[in-house]
Amino acid sequence: MPDFLQNLLTNYYETAAVILFGIGFTTLLMHRNLIKKIVGLNFMDSAVYLFLASKGYIAGRLAPIITDGDSDPSKYVNPIPTGLVLTGIVVSVSVTAFLLALTCRLYDRFHTLDIDEITHLARKERD
Amino acid sequence: MRNDGAFARLVRFVEDGTFQEESFTLSPAEKAALDTDTPENRWLTSVQHSEKPVGARLMSWFADKGFDLFNNLYRIASVFICVTLIGVLLTVVSFLPAFGSADNPAVNEVVERYVSRSIEETGTTNAVAGMISAYRGFDTLGEAHVLFVAACSVIILLRVDPSERKHGRLLNPDLLGEDLDFEPNTDLILRKAAKLLVPLSFIFGLYVILNGTSSPGGGFSGGALMGAGLILSSTAFGFKRTERFFGDEMYHVVKTACLTVYALLMAYFIFMGANGFEDHVWLGVPGGIVSGGLILPINAAVGFEVACTMYCFYALFRKGGL
Repeated sequence: MPDFLQNLLTNYYETAAVILFGIGFTTLLMHRNLIKKIVGLNFMDSAVYLFLASKGYIAGRLAPIITDGDSDPSKYVNPIPTGLVLTGIVVSVSVTAFLLALTCRLYDRFHTLDIDEITHLARKERD
Repeated sequence: MRNDGAFARLVRFVEDGTFQEESFTLSPAEKAALDTDTPENRWLTSVQHSEKPVGARLMSWFADKGFDLFNNLYRIASVFICVTLIGVLLTVVSFLPAFGSADNPAVNEVVERYVSRSIEETGTTNAVAGMISAYRGFDTLGEAHVLFVAACSVIILLRVDPSERKHGRLLNPDLLGEDLDFEPNTDLILRKAAKLLVPLSFIFGLYVILNGTSSPGGGFSGGALMGAGLILSSTAFGFKRTERFFGDEMYHVVKTACLTVYALLMAYFIFMGANGFEDHVWLGVPGGIVSGGLILPINAAVGFEVACTMYCFYALFRKGGL
């Protein structure tokens, strides 16, 4: 058990990212409001970015901008997670915009953001 | 009252709890009395009907309370799932290699190659820009397409015909919230700040795009800055003024042209690379503005596309069209 806690403290960025991910997931599951669900999804996205960025960090090294022509790889941090985070941000922006647009249409139609009520009304309409 | 006898027996049953089967067998006269429709009779029939088998009563109870029961169960289950998920992930984190150590398995020969040969192969001093637009340019092309598809689907979902666009996006004016009344269309502070900030954000966005090969930045961040400038200007001065230089047609032309340019440049990259041809594009001076060969036009295309998409999202959510 002390080992477990010690490792968590060493990897404190990853620990924070994982807890943030859990908070986002809880928000996604527990809230009935669609907007809050989308916010929860965004929390999860941010947690993944934090996790990836912290995996690429190497203590005491510089950002991967090669200065003075010195391209010794042992001087710079890992550039790959940075690029992956960029991809992730773009995809999450797109997905968020799409989800919000869907929510707008649902609100126009049912005048509520409560997902239970929307399901109820949609079922009633179908029957 | 004609059904006094049955009613009195029922009251006795309710009061002292004694219930005999024969006490509820009704005489023909009482049955006839029960057929008439009076309030007491309705009550009596409902009591008789509730004497159903246990299973049926459970079913009817479930139909009434099942939703609440499901809600409670759902809450308990979701708390349980979330706590379990966090626990499992924390356990995984405790087994990960230490944070910030150089012998992390993610730091392998790929990273070495990207950093050490970025200048001679892509001409960029920013290894991240070299990686995302040259080494992994195909991936970034997919990213640009994701943005394009997202903008298209938001247009499909939210676009309102310009002739019906009187009250923002909402077709039904009764649904208009009060918030539209408070829209800062003539807000002096906002206008003064926007006059200062809009040109700055455009210039800074262009700077970030052009300098993306030699400093932190690139198409996506610079495009986001320029999109923010567009959004700020349309918030402060209204859509009419933004439409003068950036309307529906302009948006479609810029977005499609940027994506086409990007796809063509990427096709050139892939064609040359896959066939082992020598790349004759001048890579420029590493560290200067003209550096990175094709990465600079790719950054510009991506930047303008991102700016268009950001503004497109905003305009569609605000008023249902560009």
